[in-house]
Amino acid sequence: MTKKGYFGPYGGRYVPETLFPALEELDRAYEAIRADGDFQEELKVLLNKYSGRPTALYHAERLSDSLGIKVYLKREDLNHTGAHKINNALGQALIARRLGKNRIIAETGAGQHGVASATAAARFGMECTVFMGEVDIARQRMNVDRMRLLGAQVVPVSSGNKTLKDATNEAIRHWVAHVEDCHYIIGSVVGPHPYPSMVRDFQRVIGDEVKEQIMAEEGRLPDALVACVGGGSNAMGIFYPFVDDAVRMIGVEAAGHGIETGEHAVTLSGGRVGVLHGSRSYLLQTDDGQVIEPYSLSAGLDYPGVGPQHSFFKDTGRVEYVSVTDDQAVAAYGKLCSLEGIIPALESSHALAHLEVMARDGRDSLVVVNLSGRGDKDMDSVRPFLLGEDKR
Amino acid sequence: MKDLGIFCGKKAVIPFVMTGDPDADTTVKLVESMVEAGAAAVELGMPFSDPLADGPVIQEAGQRALASGTTLSSVLETAGRITERTSVPVILMGYVNPIMSYGFDRFAKDASRSGVAAVIVPDLPFDEGDELYDALRAQGVTPILMVSPNIGDERLAEIGRRAEGFVYCVSLLGVTGQGGLHQGMKEYIERVRRHVSVPLALGFGIDGPERAASVAPMVDGVVVGSAVIKAFNEAGGGPEGVARGAKLVGDIVSAVG
Repeated sequence: MTKKGYFGPYGGRYVPETLFPALEELDRAYEAIRADGDFQEELKVLLNKYSGRPTALYHAERLSDSLGIKVYLKREDLNHTGAHKINNALGQALIARRLGKNRIIAETGAGQHGVASATAAARFGMECTVFMGEVDIARQRMNVDRMRLLGAQVVPVSSGNKTLKDATNEAIRHWVAHVEDCHYIIGSVVGPHPYPSMVRDFQRVIGDEVKEQIMAEEGRLPDALVACVGGGSNAMGIFYPFVDDAVRMIGVEAAGHGIETGEHAVTLSGGRVGVLHGSRSYLLQTDDGQVIEPYSLSAGLDYPGVGPQHSFFKDTGRVEYVSVTDDQAVAAYGKLCSLEGIIPALESSHALAHLEVMARDGRDSLVVVNLSGRGDKDMDSVRPFLLGEDKR
Repeated sequence: MKDLGIFCGKKAVIPFVMTGDPDADTTVKLVESMVEAGAAAVELGMPFSDPLADGPVIQEAGQRALASGTTLSSVLETAGRITERTSVPVILMGYVNPIMSYGFDRFAKDASRSGVAAVIVPDLPFDEGDELYDALRAQGVTPILMVSPNIGDERLAEIGRRAEGFVYCVSLLGVTGQGGLHQGMKEYIERVRRHVSVPLALGFGIDGPERAASVAPMVDGVVVGSAVIKAFNEAGGGPEGVARGAKLVGDIVSAVG
C-alpha cells in the first residue's frame, strides 16, 4: 500500500512547516468535495455553461489522410480562455470559495493558466495575483494583457531563468507569507499533496468525455492517446480515465534544440529523481543536485520538473514518454493550420508532431491527440519560423 | 538525549552564513570572527538553486556561492575546516534536493566526519524525513525540526516527541529576512513550550540587536541570517564585510546578554 499522497515512491509534501496547515485544510476540502454531489453539480454546470464543455472530439480528416492513420483531436482549445487550464482553475476557485478564501494566487508560464485563474477569479469576485517570469512576459504579451483586463495583478519574476520554475518559486514564497487568507491555484499536476491528485481529478473530464465520444463515433476505444507533457496536467487529464483499458498512452516532452544540445525540457527521459516545488519526482538537475534551467520554445513546457504520477507511470511503463524538438513542433503547428484550419498551441504541437513517428511505425490506426490549447498566443514565437519569409 | 552544547545559561546567538559566499576562505574567516564575537553556534548554508523558504538576501547569497563553484562536497569540506578551528557547534542548513542527490547515507557519514553537530532541512518535514534523519542519527548528527506560528497542536505534539537538540521556531509566516514578527509571539512560544521540552531557537526576521533583545527573554537562542549576510555583503563581502558581520553578531550578543 502506497503512503498517502504518493504514487509509488513519488509525490509527498516536501514543504516548509508553514504550509502544512494550508495543505491539510486543502486535503480535507478536496476529500470532502469528491463525495459532494452539490459541488460536483455546480462545477459541471460551470464547465458546461461557462466554459463550453463538452469540447468536441473532431475527426481531422485531411490530417488523417496525410498521415495514413485515423486521427481525432480532443478540442480543449475550444474551451473558454482557449485551453484546458480553465477546467482546473474553475474547480480550484470553487474550493477556495468553500475554504472562505477570497484571494487567489497562481504561477504561469505560457500565460494560459494565469488567464484561466484570472478568469475564474473575476467570475467569483476574487482578488487574483499571477506570478510570471520576465522572459515569459516578453514572449506572451497578449496573455499578460488579458490577465490585466480580467483584473489580475501580474507580478514579474526576475530570479533564475525568469520562466515558469521561478514564477512557481515566487508564488510559493508568497503563499508562505499569506497562507491564512489566500489559496494557491497550482496550474499542473505538480506540487505537494493534494495538488497532483486534485488537479488530475479536475482535468480527468477530458478523458472521460473522450471515452464517451469515441465510443459514439467509432464504437471502440482508440489504439493510442497522445498528449504533450510539461508539468503534465493535460496529459494526465486525458490518460487517467483510460489507465485500466488496453489503450497505448504516449506523453511527449519538449526536446527544445535537441536533447544532445543540453537545451531541452525532457524531464522524464533525461532527469533524475529529486525534489522540486514540494514533491518527489523526476527532475532536471546537475550532478550536484542543482536544478537545471530547462529550455523550450513553448513557454508551457519549459519546466524542469514533472507531475509525480507521470514519474510513476514512466517507471511502471504504463505511459511511454518520448520527445519532440522545437523545429518538429513548429512544423506540426504549421501543418495543422494549413490542413485543418486550426491554429494549435505550440505545447499541443509537440503532441501533433509525434504523429509523424506513429504514422511511420504503423502500430496504431486510431489515435486521439489532446489539442490542449489554441495557438494565437504563440504568433510571436512562430513568426520567425513560419512567416519569416513571404510564403504566400 | 544528546546536548549540543549551544544553550549554556546565556541566550545563544546563532548566525547563519552562506558557505562559499563569495568563497570558502572568506566563509571560514567570517565564522571565526563571529565566534570570537560571541556566537554560540554557527549555521552554514548549503546553497540551492531554488530556495523556497528564503527571501532575496539569502537567495542572492546562494546564487553567489553557486557562481563561485560551491558544491555540497565543498560545503562539507569547509565545515571540516571550521570545526577544526573553532569550538562551537556547526549546523548545516539547506534544502533536500542536493542532499538526496549526494545520497542520504553518504551525506550523513561525511557530515559526521566533518564534525558537523546538526542539520536543518526546511523543506523536509518529519513526515518525509525518516530516511535522512535516521541516517544522520546513526552517525551521531542531530536532525533539527522546525515549527511555525500557524502549526496545529497535534502536529506540534508530534514534533515535541521527535525533537532533539533544539527546535527552530520560525518567527513569522513568511520567508527569511522578511520584516515583522508574528502577532502573538508570546502565546506562540508558550504553546510550543507546552509540547516541546528541548531548547527553542527563534529565527526568520531577527533583523538586529533591538528585535533580538525583544524576543530573547522568551526563547533560548536567536538565529540571525539575512541581517548578518546583508551587513557582510554591503561592506563588499571581503575583510571589511567580515568585520561588519562579526560586529553585528557581537552587538546582538550584548543586546540579548
